[in-house]
Amino acid sequence: MTGLRIFFIGGVTSYRALFNWLSPWIFVPTFLVAPIFQILLFVYIGRSAGVQSDEFYVIGNALQYAAIPCIFAMSNTIAGERFQQTLGYILATPAGRLPLFVGRSLPVIVNGMGVSAFALVVGGAIVGIHVPASSVGALALVIAISAFACTGLGLVSAAIGLLARDTATLNNIVFGLLLVFTGANVPLHELPGWMSTIAQGLPLTHGIEAARRLAEGASLSSVDRLVGAEALVGVLYAFVGYLFLTAMEWQSRNRATLERL
Amino acid sequence: MRAARLLAVGWLLHIKMLSRSSFNGVLGLVYPLFFATVAFFLFREGSPHALLYASLGASVMGIWSATSTAAGAALQRERWQGTLELLVAATAHFSLVLLPVTIAMSTIGLYSMATTLLWGRILFGIDVSIVHPVLFAASVVATIVAIGMCGFLLAVSFVRYRTAWALGNLLEYPIWLICGFLVPLSLFPGWVRPISWMLAPTWGMRAIRESALGGSPLPDLGVCLALGAGYTLAGVLVVETMLTAARSRATVSLT
Repeated sequence: MTGLRIFFIGGVTSYRALFNWLSPWIFVPTFLVAPIFQILLFVYIGRSAGVQSDEFYVIGNALQYAAIPCIFAMSNTIAGERFQQTLGYILATPAGRLPLFVGRSLPVIVNGMGVSAFALVVGGAIVGIHVPASSVGALALVIAISAFACTGLGLVSAAIGLLARDTATLNNIVFGLLLVFTGANVPLHELPGWMSTIAQGLPLTHGIEAARRLAEGASLSSVDRLVGAEALVGVLYAFVGYLFLTAMEWQSRNRATLERL
Repeated sequence: MRAARLLAVGWLLHIKMLSRSSFNGVLGLVYPLFFATVAFFLFREGSPHALLYASLGASVMGIWSATSTAAGAALQRERWQGTLELLVAATAHFSLVLLPVTIAMSTIGLYSMATTLLWGRILFGIDVSIVHPVLFAASVVATIVAIGMCGFLLAVSFVRYRTAWALGNLLEYPIWLICGFLVPLSLFPGWVRPISWMLAPTWGMRAIRESALGGSPLPDLGVCLALGAGYTLAGVLVVETMLTAARSRATVSLT
């Protein structure tokens, strides 16, 4: 019961306390306006280069932009404890580490879903793409699973953030890697072989592919392998992230780097 | 003479400080490369000329990238460090203190520009042969100065916002989009083009392309610098207004 309370209530409280991007002055430009311009940028680059359809870029970038809330929020809500000088108190508690850290990921996933869905709807309306009404529910599911997978990667990033000084630089680099590798803008078959192989193990790759097929009218059952792969990638990253977090906790105690700024 | 010295010393000092920052230095170098890489993958399907067009455009993206977020946050950073009040109270005009900061930010973008051109050459075989090297160098310098001046206007316009970095960050994509870095202006709806013409990076980009590919960059270069001067003048007026208001309400520190 205590574990559940820490997971749900503690997670939401920590998220609200430590993720200061929830201020409308940051939330609106960063999570609502910027993804629309990212979509427009790549739609127009695609038109200029004469490759792919508008729909390809709208879906790819709407889902890929979930990386911003999922990775930044996850590292802010965990590594942020160090900047607030509260990490020592948190780690001194007897609370289970699983609900303590993983509970913070739920609001992050919801935020990531919201940002992706908003970008898809508004970006799609501006550019003028058509998505069958029958695909909306399945698309929502794929967006949720993609946000979950990306949050798993965010957990890894957050763990590294307990030791690294500059999480903003790290997170931006992770975002850039996802932009290039996941097929958000360049089809995987056009990437060099080693890049498309790496992409198979990254969050968003399978989710973006599944969303594109759904938008073309495919049924959920026909993309179940892609959806399953995306969920599996998410579970693996969440697991690795959790292991990293416990390892980092041990190491930061051992090397007295707990409060290093 | 004292003003020129203040500008030069301020520029050099901030170049050194920014070069040691992982966010402004390392990330400023790497981040635009991700977008350049995507652009190179997309344009390589077309003609070699298209790839050359993309290479030059992607290289200038880094200059704007280095300026937009950093300039938006410039005054907030002084506020956090507790130095804003000291700078405002200094005998030198505040514009002379802030202008070299934002021009130093855009100058750091030169690293990104060189890296992007090199990245395109090594990984995608894009051979950028410069037809007018002197005019190309002049165009790059003019673009950097004009973007720095644009950053100055942004910095002073956002002085009352605690989260100015987010507003600066927001402007990264739109400027990349409508200044013709990777997309010709002719592809946009008619109402977008007058907005592009009001932006110095549009003309700086044109001057860089003209000088590299063998056109006549001087008119574009002139418009770029004139717009930069206009931004600076507007920025000085905004500084006066903002500082007068902030002094009368005791809100410089926003505490």
